[in-house]
Amino acid sequence: MRIPCPHCGERGSEEFSYLGAADPVRPAADASIEAWHDYVYLRDNPAGVNRELWQHVRGCRRWLVVTRDTRSHAISGALDVVQARSGDAAI
Amino acid sequence: MTYSFFRLAAEALRGNVGWTPAWRDPEPKRAYDVVVVGGGGHGLATAYYLAREHGISNVAVLEKGWIGSGNAGRNTTIIRSNYLLPGNEAFYEHSIQLWEGLEQDLNYNAMVSQRGVLNLFSTDASRDAAARRGNAMRLHGVDAELLDAAQVRAMHPYLDFDNARFPIKGGLLQRRGGTARHDAVVWGFARGADRRGVDILQNCEVTGINVANGHVTGVETTRGPIGAGKVGLVVAGHSSRVAAMAGLRLPIESHVLQAFVSEAVKPLVNGVVTFGAEHLYISQSDKGGLVFGGDIDGYNSYAQRGNLPVVEAVMEACMAMLPMLGRLRVVRSWGGIMDMSMDGSPIIDRSPIGGLYLNTGWCYGGFKATPASGWCFAHTIAKDAPHQLNAAMRLDRFATGALIDERGAGPTPNKH
Repeated sequence: MRIPCPHCGERGSEEFSYLGAADPVRPAADASIEAWHDYVYLRDNPAGVNRELWQHVRGCRRWLVVTRDTRSHAISGALDVVQARSGDAAI
Repeated sequence: MTYSFFRLAAEALRGNVGWTPAWRDPEPKRAYDVVVVGGGGHGLATAYYLAREHGISNVAVLEKGWIGSGNAGRNTTIIRSNYLLPGNEAFYEHSIQLWEGLEQDLNYNAMVSQRGVLNLFSTDASRDAAARRGNAMRLHGVDAELLDAAQVRAMHPYLDFDNARFPIKGGLLQRRGGTARHDAVVWGFARGADRRGVDILQNCEVTGINVANGHVTGVETTRGPIGAGKVGLVVAGHSSRVAAMAGLRLPIESHVLQAFVSEAVKPLVNGVVTFGAEHLYISQSDKGGLVFGGDIDGYNSYAQRGNLPVVEAVMEACMAMLPMLGRLRVVRSWGGIMDMSMDGSPIIDRSPIGGLYLNTGWCYGGFKATPASGWCFAHTIAKDAPHQLNAAMRLDRFATGALIDERGAGPTPNKH
């Protein structure tokens, strides 16, 4: 599995470390226990397209949002988290 | 048909024409008292113990493929009860005790072999951790022995004791651990459940879960709707997908775990040996192939195949522990989809929906648990309450904080 890092180009997945789903949004500090429970523990865990956080730890060390199909491991895109959150393709 | 030496001899003399199928292939009924979703080892064991322990035999096991086609056929067949934490240890010891009587109970040869499980250590810190684990086991009445290097050398002389980086200083041994024949476990539970009246429905994929007024009423399947008073979900790596049919989100991620088999060689590895310096577990099948594996790949996957970095890591660990394997060829590898929970321990519990029960979160340690998982899940379904043995394996422990985190790794499924 090779990940197209927007800064370093396509690199083997062993250069990256995996965190998990990119979409859960961190609740406010004073949010309810239920909101924190959902954020910390519950996952959609889709069989199909998954947006997920990878860090290029043995490269540029940037955090990326990678779009990957969990049934085939096919990667359809990778953006720097700043790009992914701002919607701005250039960084 | 009961299997026995006399039956074998009689059939041999009669040309083996009297054998009958080990289980029926029935048509689905309109409704059952209990529907178990998932025809792996855990699901079939659940049905078996529902009938045997609780007299509930109007039960169907629904399997989307053929029984045992998932992780029951994709593991490294290790059985053990060398756990540390109170919520786990008694449960896994119950499983070992069920394994010890399983073949007589099922009238089926599951090839349970208590050849010992040895966890090696290479540092003072890992020796301390092994001693602590062994003491925890002994406090639960489970056998555990701390061996020094000379004792390990007497049992396994072929290991690389003087490895410059990971010298083997000793090991924690559970003699009652070992291996079992994975397919025979599935077939034995299937036959045992079938003989007690359970319907095993293969090629029957669940496509929906029907809920009315907060209580489950049945399931939709590729072989038509099936009514049910109670439904138990035992679908391992597909737990999130099936639970989503009932509107549930689970503290589960699905990850791929790879395992490997070498070409067959003469008897070499007498028992299960695990390497503490890297993650590696290895045993030898009765056919002679070495069966081994390591960590999960570490990313969400439903693909039943992994990638090369983990293959490389596992082979490197083999070479560090057992350098002679460098001349051996790997003939087969495979991937299975693990239901990784957020604390590394399983969930056997009721769900927020009445009559719907969950059995999930086995991570990559489900095989050894097969009998106790079925035994406890059957109790939970029959009594609508957990048994003392699975009382800690609650779904709501992630909200209450009563986690069972053997590894101490926090809510990171790919680190357990």
